[in-house]
Amino acid sequence: MHSLISASPISSLFEPYASHTALPSSPAPFSLRFCGLRREVLQLSQPKYRVVSGSLKKTGNYVTAASSGSNGSPLKSFDYDLVIIGAGVGGHGAALHAVEKGLKTAIIEGDVIGGTCVNRGCVPSKALLAVSGRMRELQDEHHMKALGIQVSGAGYNRQAVADHASNLASKIRNNLTNSLTALGVDILTGFGSILGPQKVKYGKDNVITAKDIIIATGSVPFVPKGIEVDGKTVVTSDHALKLEFVPEWIAIVGSGYIGLEFSDVYTALGSEVTFIEALDQLMPGFDPEIGKLAQRVLINPRKIDYHTGVFASKITPAKNGKPVIIELIDAKTKEQKETLEIDAALIATGRAPFTKGLGLENINVETQRGFVPVDERMRVIDAKGNLVPHLYCIGDANGKLMLAHAASAQGISVVEQVSGKDHVLNHLSVPAACFTHPEISMVGLTEPQAKEKAKKEKFKISVAKTSFKANTKALAENEGEGLAKLIYRPDTGEILGVHILGLHAADLIHEASNAMALGMRIQDLKFAVHAHPTLSEVLDELFKSAQVNVEERKPVAV
Amino acid sequence: MVSLSKQSMMAQLLNSSFTPTTRGLRRQSIPSITQTTSRKSQIQAKIREIFMPALSSTMTEGKIVSWVKSEGDKLAKGESVVVVESDKADMDVETFYDGYLAAIMVEEGGVAAVGSAIALLAETEDEIAQALSKAKEQSSSSSSPAPPPPPPAETTIPDPVPVATVVKAAPVTVVASTHPASDGGKRIVASPYAKKLAKELNVDLSGVVGTGPMGRIVAKDVEAAAVSSVAAAAESAKPISAAPGVELGSVVPFTTMQGAVSRNMVESLGVPTFRVGYTITTDALDALYKKIKPKGVTMTALLAKATALALAKHPVVNSSCRDGKSFTYNSSINIAVAVAIDGGLITPVLQNADKVDIYSLSRNWKELVEKARAKQLQPQEYSTGTFTLSNLGMFGVDRFDAILPPGTGAIMAVGASQPTVVATKDGRIGMKSQMQVNVTADHRVIYGADLAQFLQTLAKIIEDPKDLTF
Repeated sequence: MHSLISASPISSLFEPYASHTALPSSPAPFSLRFCGLRREVLQLSQPKYRVVSGSLKKTGNYVTAASSGSNGSPLKSFDYDLVIIGAGVGGHGAALHAVEKGLKTAIIEGDVIGGTCVNRGCVPSKALLAVSGRMRELQDEHHMKALGIQVSGAGYNRQAVADHASNLASKIRNNLTNSLTALGVDILTGFGSILGPQKVKYGKDNVITAKDIIIATGSVPFVPKGIEVDGKTVVTSDHALKLEFVPEWIAIVGSGYIGLEFSDVYTALGSEVTFIEALDQLMPGFDPEIGKLAQRVLINPRKIDYHTGVFASKITPAKNGKPVIIELIDAKTKEQKETLEIDAALIATGRAPFTKGLGLENINVETQRGFVPVDERMRVIDAKGNLVPHLYCIGDANGKLMLAHAASAQGISVVEQVSGKDHVLNHLSVPAACFTHPEISMVGLTEPQAKEKAKKEKFKISVAKTSFKANTKALAENEGEGLAKLIYRPDTGEILGVHILGLHAADLIHEASNAMALGMRIQDLKFAVHAHPTLSEVLDELFKSAQVNVEERKPVAV
Repeated sequence: MVSLSKQSMMAQLLNSSFTPTTRGLRRQSIPSITQTTSRKSQIQAKIREIFMPALSSTMTEGKIVSWVKSEGDKLAKGESVVVVESDKADMDVETFYDGYLAAIMVEEGGVAAVGSAIALLAETEDEIAQALSKAKEQSSSSSSPAPPPPPPAETTIPDPVPVATVVKAAPVTVVASTHPASDGGKRIVASPYAKKLAKELNVDLSGVVGTGPMGRIVAKDVEAAAVSSVAAAAESAKPISAAPGVELGSVVPFTTMQGAVSRNMVESLGVPTFRVGYTITTDALDALYKKIKPKGVTMTALLAKATALALAKHPVVNSSCRDGKSFTYNSSINIAVAVAIDGGLITPVLQNADKVDIYSLSRNWKELVEKARAKQLQPQEYSTGTFTLSNLGMFGVDRFDAILPPGTGAIMAVGASQPTVVATKDGRIGMKSQMQVNVTADHRVIYGADLAQFLQTLAKIIEDPKDLTF
């Protein structure tokens, strides 16, 4: 899940579409497609955090004391221990964990349970990608022939594909709703807003109090100015996921995760695709080596062309018998470059936080480019740089790392804190994935980021690589195309980043991300056993090929 | 990296001149992929060969995934030049020399053995031409390290006419795109795939008429342009290819072979011939061909085999009339296949085509064609045919008729197999690949009903070709 709506959003906001100047001069803000993965970016975008850092510990103690209210004497009794505004994946994850911790929990939702991910993002897009993967395979005569399979003319029914996506979304939505009600979480319907400390309004005029409040209102597709979205020929991911039509030729503005996944879907269904990317290269968020391979595997052999280093300054939907008209200007000089006339355009320039009407002014919180400022424990920071007690913000609304599973992890981290246990989420161990065919996944730093860090902190890094061509299972599937890459410290065995492009890469990344989250070292991981023959041996080989120069400890138990 | 400023050092230090960028890959040995082409002279030594590197210990050959640089591009030390696919991985190979990529000897998609030259690197721009001629020399010599050209695929007659497969759009087709947004033809609106195809097929988009939505150029327009230009080129290729050595307005006497052809053709007029045609569906044959093509089976061999099997059931069609008084029933079925060769025509013979298995038959055919090209066929290899096949299908000819070679009873003219809309027996309309064959026979021995039955049998065999491979 998670990929579709998650990542590239932020990048676009860094791009001059939005208030680019508001961003402090980070060394390479564009090199990052999903914000928050790099700590320096976080800090730069929330400079106030440092100002209040001195008082952090005190507040932390206060929170702890308040949450163990049962043995103290709380000022007053609350309707709920925890109220979550927004029932997306972040709010859902937080609610489930809160119940487990024995908190009386309510969740407020003004739209549909499940939020973006389930209804307009990762989930329906995976349904479309499941179709595109199969179509691609069935159409690849060469591939089929190599396996000895004969297939005559694969085709699809657009409406049936669209139904599969919407059925999946409603199924997951029901599952989510049922899991909440079964656990006794109150679902309060209506838009939620904050009236004051520990006080929330929802719907027309229902007011409730809560000891702690989590904002989890998520994000909406970001549409740069000059682009007119009509929902038919010029669309965002919200519309495109309904698959109301498959254009012969579609322009995709933005080559991040969302754009890339849609290019996979559209080309498999027979469309031709033109990418429009503001930066000088496609897929700028990926590790450069992975990006290069992705270009070779996912772009070049397909019916895709691209314009890089250009902005779509104006996009007019098709009307009066005229096609969609896209005006391109040079990203640097702003000179008019070219006009494209295309059947449809998908705007995949990222996502903007959905934080309007939250009543943040009532508690003196100012958003930054729409994002709610938070510290590393997701505690909301007010306009003066002080922490707002009992108020947290998770997920896309805080912009730290715009991935559904990151929101959920942040929610769990907050619940840990309000139930008396300090917890800080290590965002560097949160994996990300792009569900193209083959898939791309990553965790931690890219090679350039790791090099930069190594230079700053004066240590050495090494890189190990393995190819899917050397993996038995991948070859059995006739899917040998792919690369796995490990960036690590040879002096300590610490994993800095892992990047995979290849069959089921999105499922393979977790061995690395879990190892990073738990602080495991390569010299120990080397002794872990992988079933043969499996794709997991790609990572096995990766770890084994790393050269760590510490005295190898003996395996714990073999 | 050691800088190799002195030519004399080069011989010793060649091995490290090119390395793949990804040194971290396991089991990888550092490859040596450049070497001076000649150590005889100092000047020539500046042209270096780029070799297929050994990217892993098990690698014996590598495939060129893509050339990052094109011929004539300037290369700076450390730049990626080519992407090579080994048995394990794709890797960028970079240069450790400055210079110019003078000549690419193995194109993208081509395979080369480890250590064989895949390109030439010139040190200065002036040496590019020199390198190019060297590349030509190498690829034309038999010891060329480049992979051999793919064997002639479906051609039953090795084509002596140099028909260019890809030619720029013929000027005749130059019509400005009618796309409203094309600013009166100034701007070309073409879909991404159309552009990609145009590049691949070397079609100039400015000469292509768009038939897509709003008059945009789509893939099929480019394909159509490529086909029409090939056809145009084929037409124009003839006079051009005939031009060298032919002085217009002059009279050139027949060669021995042409003299023989002439005599035979006149002699054939003394034979009362007639013709019977038949349309045969080839979908099953095409499918079979696809399946066994990797085993070296050629379409010619398949057709010869099918014909021989049909002849076995109709011996009269394999007979001939030598004296005007009797049938001569031939003891073996020998299929002669007409092959156009430089300056004439010859009919190598597949002996006992009904008995020899299809794989051996294909091998025999390849040998015969090679000999025919080299003009080394022995008389028994071209004069013992009992039935002749002539195929012009590869030129797109859909039907023609042939002149009966004297001394045989029949010859079959085979046209191209083409997708055809047909009405099927259950009243539906379907698409089938069909070819037309036309048999010319000596009516003194072979009558209309004989030919009709023979053709019916042949059609059955071709439409259900399982017996061809037995």
